[in-house]
Amino acid sequence: MTIEANISTQPALSAQPQNSSAVLEWLARRVEPVVISLGAILAGLALFSIFIVLVGKSPADLFKLMYTGGFGSWFSIQNSLSRAAPLLLTGLCVALPARLGLVIIGGEGAVVLGGVAAAAAVLPLIGVLPPIVILVIMGIAGMIMGGLWIGFAGLLRHYRGVNETISSLLLAYIAIALMNHFIEGLLRDPASLNKPSTTPLPPEYMLGNIPGMDVNWGLVIGIVSCIVSWIIIETTSVGFAARIAGGNVRAAQIQGLPVGRLIVGFTALAGSFAGLAGMVEVAAVQGSANASLAAGYGYTGILVAFLARHNPLAIIPVAILLGGIDASGGLIQRRMGLPDATVLVLQGTLFIVILFCETLYGRFKMFNPDLWKRSA
Amino acid sequence: MMEDGIGIWGVPLAILAGAIRVSTPFIFVSLGETITERSGRINLGLEGTLVFGAMTAYAVAVMSGSPYLGVLAAMATGAIFGLVHGFICKFPKVNDIAIGIAMMQFGLGLAFFLGKSFIQPVAPRLPSIALGGWSDSPQLQSALTINVLFIVGALLALALWWAFRNTRVGLILRVVGDSSDAARAMGLNPDTVRLLATAAGGALAAIGGAYLSLYYPGSWNEGISSGQGLMAVALVIFARWNPIGCFLAALLFGGAGALGPALQSVGVTQGYYLFYAAPYVLTLAILVATSSPTRALVGAPGALSITK
Repeated sequence: MTIEANISTQPALSAQPQNSSAVLEWLARRVEPVVISLGAILAGLALFSIFIVLVGKSPADLFKLMYTGGFGSWFSIQNSLSRAAPLLLTGLCVALPARLGLVIIGGEGAVVLGGVAAAAAVLPLIGVLPPIVILVIMGIAGMIMGGLWIGFAGLLRHYRGVNETISSLLLAYIAIALMNHFIEGLLRDPASLNKPSTTPLPPEYMLGNIPGMDVNWGLVIGIVSCIVSWIIIETTSVGFAARIAGGNVRAAQIQGLPVGRLIVGFTALAGSFAGLAGMVEVAAVQGSANASLAAGYGYTGILVAFLARHNPLAIIPVAILLGGIDASGGLIQRRMGLPDATVLVLQGTLFIVILFCETLYGRFKMFNPDLWKRSA
Repeated sequence: MMEDGIGIWGVPLAILAGAIRVSTPFIFVSLGETITERSGRINLGLEGTLVFGAMTAYAVAVMSGSPYLGVLAAMATGAIFGLVHGFICKFPKVNDIAIGIAMMQFGLGLAFFLGKSFIQPVAPRLPSIALGGWSDSPQLQSALTINVLFIVGALLALALWWAFRNTRVGLILRVVGDSSDAARAMGLNPDTVRLLATAAGGALAAIGGAYLSLYYPGSWNEGISSGQGLMAVALVIFARWNPIGCFLAALLFGGAGALGPALQSVGVTQGYYLFYAAPYVLTLAILVATSSPTRALVGAPGALSITK
């Protein structure tokens, strides 16, 4: 999975190799990220195994269960894919601004408010308009709300110099408070007693499953969003400008690139994907906006984006992998008596090790054609 | 929290009481983060350290029967978390903000994992001192029942403020934080100084966690922190890396957090959840008001990545 993901990390360089030594150089540059990423994942799993041994369980059993629970059967694969769908979108919420050098960690806020906006926008329209129109309006409302929310962090970043990591996180807490305010008050369905929520969508208005699968259309929406994001970043002039600004803001400004508009635009686009994740949760899973929207998808999305090295195409396999790990959590809990936080420990370990391994890039001579010539 | 009979005066009193009660974790985390940031590194993982510290303190207090041992154990784990962060960030090309987020997730995961069995038992609490004996009002007396850690935090803020200005260690921290090159020219190793500063910051943040689980709200569960560890990072910027500023800002945040419950206690229940957002809105507003797109913040350590 990671292999195909990383091969496409730098397509801008993938000019056709001319001769055999060029082929070797081309290969060396491609192989480096694959080897380092795989090595990092193995090292992370090894560290996690030590932890599991320390708490007195067998890592082999655990990994076996993880495979069974995540990918061992058609049922578990569908379960993993369902859980991957929101992670694709929240991963994009981190990955897109990261190409501009911004670390946005408040995607959760866009998810919950996107969900609330989607639910609220169509309340008066149900029964008036056909389901497909309702769903489109919900999607647009979710995207606009999420885009405004994260775009605001980008706006503050560029025009006021406010650190986007902190502001986006504060906005996430504010968003959760706003969501509670709305679902407990103005938008509350009086029929929802124990679990305050908005008026539920009638079943015929819900986003259904992909034909032949027990996975909702959110997966397709997520994958298409990843592909569209990849096209924007890698093939358009806007994406090219964003990558330059991400590399060196000063250089981008000197070139006359509209850095401010890029920052606001990319953060807004990123937020609109997270808002779409909230809409999918409402329209396909929950049926209404309620406190379950704050399920932590925004935070897992951070991990997804960093594991994918902020490459939108690589997000697809990484999100499915993490969806699978997540899906196996219940099985691990039941069969091995481990807490459900086991999955969180594994995610944290992998996250740290993979970030640490960034330091290895360029260290190995065999992957670095420039060093070959110097030593020859 | 507030009994009836005191009327509208209950609101400022409840806010004061709340400020004192809620601010203590903010004081410790922000003082810890100030030490770390003064050395030129930022640790966003303090949220994880705080929660892990809360779990450790609670678990050790349950097992040993002593809340003080719990606090010490939390400090030790906080220092270890800081050492790990400092060690990893020593390497080139490693982003300290991203590592902070990763350490946060790891700390939360580990705390939830190891703390699962401590949700039920009851730990001995940290003692508090009644300073309201002079007053007849039971409300005022309860408002002025002050935990020992709050007092320790206040003294620590003073001590750090003095130490940054007047001691050799303070000078070393400031030099390393302003310029790695200048530090090397003085024969200092910036990596070592930052490693120790991050460890000290982690130890202090863990005390904040110990306060949460051993005093207020005084139990261990997975929702014990609602972002105190991360808000402290914003608070340090607001306080301009000044320990006394951190103390005052923490009180302000605590007061903002107590606004909702205080109004609710006198019967104002409209928009309860909006008041819950008050500390975050306040933090954001202050950040916006004090930041500038064109120049570094006044008082910011030169080598700090978050202000560039």
